[in-house]
Amino acid sequence: MALDNDLKKDGFTFVGTRPDRPDGLDKVTGRAKFGADMVAPGMLHGAVLRSPHAHARIKGIDTSKAEALEGVKAVVTRADFPNVVQHKPGLAGEMWNVMENVMAGEKALYDGHAVAAVAATSALIARDAVKLIEVDYEVLPHVTDVDEAMAADAPVIREGSADKSVPEGMHPNVVRYHESGHGDVEAGFAEADLVMEQTYKTEATHQGYIEPHACLGMLGSDGKGELWCTTQGHFFFQKVCAALLDLEASQLRVTASEIGGGFGGKTTVFLEPVALALSRKTNRPVKMVMSRSDVFRATGPTASASMDVKIGMTKDGTITAAQGIFRLQGGAFPGAPADMSAMCAFAPYDLQNVRQVGYDVIANRPKQAAYRAPGAPMSAFAAESVIDEMCNKLGLDPIEVRLKNAAKEGTKASYGPTYEAIGQVACLEAAKAHPHYAAPLKPGQGRGVASGFWFNHGGETSVSLALSEDGTAQISVGTPDIGGSRASMALMAAEVLGIPYENIRVTIADTATLGYNDVSHGSRVTYASGLATIKAARDAVEKLKGRAAAQWGIDPEAVTWEDGFAKPSGPNAGDFEPLHITKITAKMGRTGGPISGHFEATPEGAGVSFGTHIVDAEVDPETGKTSIIRYTVIQDAGKAIHPAYVEGQFQGGAAQGIGWALNEEYIYGDDGRLQNSIFLDYRIPVASDLPMIDTVIVEVPNPGHPYGVRGVGETGIVPPLAAVANAVSNAAGVRLKELPMSPPKILKALKEQSDT
Amino acid sequence: MSKIHVSTTVNGDPVDFLCDPRETLLDCLRDKLSLTGAKEGCGTGDCGACSVEVDGRLVCSCLMLGAEANGKAIATVEGIADGETLHPLQAKFIEHAALQCGICTPGILVAAKNLLEKNDSPTEEEVRYWLAGNLCRCTGYDKIIKAVMETAADMREAS
Repeated sequence: MALDNDLKKDGFTFVGTRPDRPDGLDKVTGRAKFGADMVAPGMLHGAVLRSPHAHARIKGIDTSKAEALEGVKAVVTRADFPNVVQHKPGLAGEMWNVMENVMAGEKALYDGHAVAAVAATSALIARDAVKLIEVDYEVLPHVTDVDEAMAADAPVIREGSADKSVPEGMHPNVVRYHESGHGDVEAGFAEADLVMEQTYKTEATHQGYIEPHACLGMLGSDGKGELWCTTQGHFFFQKVCAALLDLEASQLRVTASEIGGGFGGKTTVFLEPVALALSRKTNRPVKMVMSRSDVFRATGPTASASMDVKIGMTKDGTITAAQGIFRLQGGAFPGAPADMSAMCAFAPYDLQNVRQVGYDVIANRPKQAAYRAPGAPMSAFAAESVIDEMCNKLGLDPIEVRLKNAAKEGTKASYGPTYEAIGQVACLEAAKAHPHYAAPLKPGQGRGVASGFWFNHGGETSVSLALSEDGTAQISVGTPDIGGSRASMALMAAEVLGIPYENIRVTIADTATLGYNDVSHGSRVTYASGLATIKAARDAVEKLKGRAAAQWGIDPEAVTWEDGFAKPSGPNAGDFEPLHITKITAKMGRTGGPISGHFEATPEGAGVSFGTHIVDAEVDPETGKTSIIRYTVIQDAGKAIHPAYVEGQFQGGAAQGIGWALNEEYIYGDDGRLQNSIFLDYRIPVASDLPMIDTVIVEVPNPGHPYGVRGVGETGIVPPLAAVANAVSNAAGVRLKELPMSPPKILKALKEQSDT
Repeated sequence: MSKIHVSTTVNGDPVDFLCDPRETLLDCLRDKLSLTGAKEGCGTGDCGACSVEVDGRLVCSCLMLGAEANGKAIATVEGIADGETLHPLQAKFIEHAALQCGICTPGILVAAKNLLEKNDSPTEEEVRYWLAGNLCRCTGYDKIIKAVMETAADMREAS
């Protein structure tokens, strides 16, 4: 879509301030309603039976004992979902994959795969009943490691999953292939003074949102339904649930609860279609809540990765060529973001010769889901580690080398397009100038630097704004608020309307009251819903000006809008007293009816985002434990609408990245079962693990947004894996090429180093 | 299975409920008393989202049976504010953007209040270790720690 050339860069009244968030009071008093906090009259409770096997044929399911238990009202298996979904017009193959993941069909594909579900009068009875379901499994050979899954002797997980992008001769577990780049990498390597090639591995990590998946579904035999759920995208959930249950989408009204963290993991359905199927069978509302173990075993972790990166550099630090091969395992379904890994790896740099390849590989693990800049952190870990090692070898400063090669406006990106105004250089300059970079280190400490990139996204967006008689405004947006977006929307609308932030209430509208909105993902909300909010507010302002013009009897074109007032301008300037918004709205019922503003579009100007992190780490040679001593995030926000929430995104992304680098991993036993499915064993960073996380907000306005906004949610998790690895390397003198850099791995590396 | 009659006080109010012997205090607060401020993030005492005070002691309500609450005084996030006046911690958390999604916030507020009642001038390290049992996945803890430290300073000044 064409965007107005109307970038506002300064002179903001509300944008850039830090008002209290509108959901603050609800969230500090415990009254905010999250997914599991809803009840309905006559409600039943659901529970899910999950496969204990990594790979097994389901030969039969006997539900009779469960159904006979007092209090059990219904049991569902795959047979209760219509088989026609694969043939329904408009359904892509991915919808079939979602169905297979929601409830196993012929085979259980991973430990934790849903096999059957029960609805009963209490959660305890439902859990008891699940244990009475008897499943006849034929256990099949399994594979969980990405490299093993690609090997010739690996068991075939799902025959026929590969699409035509995959070169001939690959194992059937390789299901998608990506290749991109430009120039001639071999010629580039030949020009280099130093060529380095290394192999890296990262384990799968989980988004780790503290709120487990939860929903309350109601579906009648008339095909009409209601769904309350914790989700990043209730419109998408409506579409998917309707497809999986063979409903008309508009007959299913979905309401998003407050969401207790998502980070990409709540962009797809798990329990929701099951709750609706149970409800349809009982004609009663059914509530379902996952246990933490269910969350780890059955919901999307990120992909695990195995990667080869090769870089050529001249003595002065110029990168002559870069090549990366990225093998990503995304569970038993296509979709591992190998293409994203490939495209992001070298995106911060202006390269003449670059080539990247991605393999999407299936294995017997849960279906991967998006996790904050999906695919990018792993490939940045590999690429930025190699760059760091080369800087050390050539005796060059890591920021200077990155600046020397930095992508800028006009650079042909490693993944194809030509960059508009971008912030990579500004971030690196800010990093170089930051006191952290010059601060002395103590013995045993090391400093690491890394850059990162994320695309950002626009997506389908619809916003409505209604003015009230008292001149206040209510805004309906369709993107669940995962990072304070209600405050950001109100700030942007206040800027347009010229009324106080406090006079605006932003609601996450349900699917019945607003047009389709894409999921809150891709760092798109402040960009796309923000753009739509601004345009909806401008639409309302045009109508307000029209009412003033009619009252004054002048041409609407001759009315301007300033600070909440309609003012006559041009030849009529000064002819009439300015009309405040409240004077217009007070009588709008008599001057033409209610005044609202709308905007719907799929904006495509989401500006790409860059960041650079600096981290100081200390490694204890006795225990192998790494302590993060100091951390600074520098990232381009385009324009920070609410700086406190921008800082929060930077800090949260860094913390998740630190966890990924140091502690977090999916650990599978030889039996293919997940061995660490609780927070005690899957250890995310706690308060005592981290220092304060300093932030620098760089603002290089995005020409694709009226106020210059770029999404900020995802880029912050891209640099930390490499930044921490580089700091560990500089602190302990050992280069770890496999994440997480847990104490045993560091001890092993230290021992190997002292042995040689 | 027969149910157990429990008499207790929650946030100063006397309450009675019947619970299954297997139900946790968290289940009883949420499902029988409609106090959904305490959250179940893990059910294994690792995340602290269900933190409440029992006779003044900070506990994970998912690790305590409902039946064990008999005769005890329970305090939850719903009782932290005094009528329309927020506790200084609550006000400071809003002011400092010390919450993003807010799911961990009730547990963190209960835990932080418990800390400040024991120690009115905690060091940053003491706050970090006291809150190490309360997982937050959104914030990186930075703004939470600052909010608690500043609240402690404000409360010392006010007293």
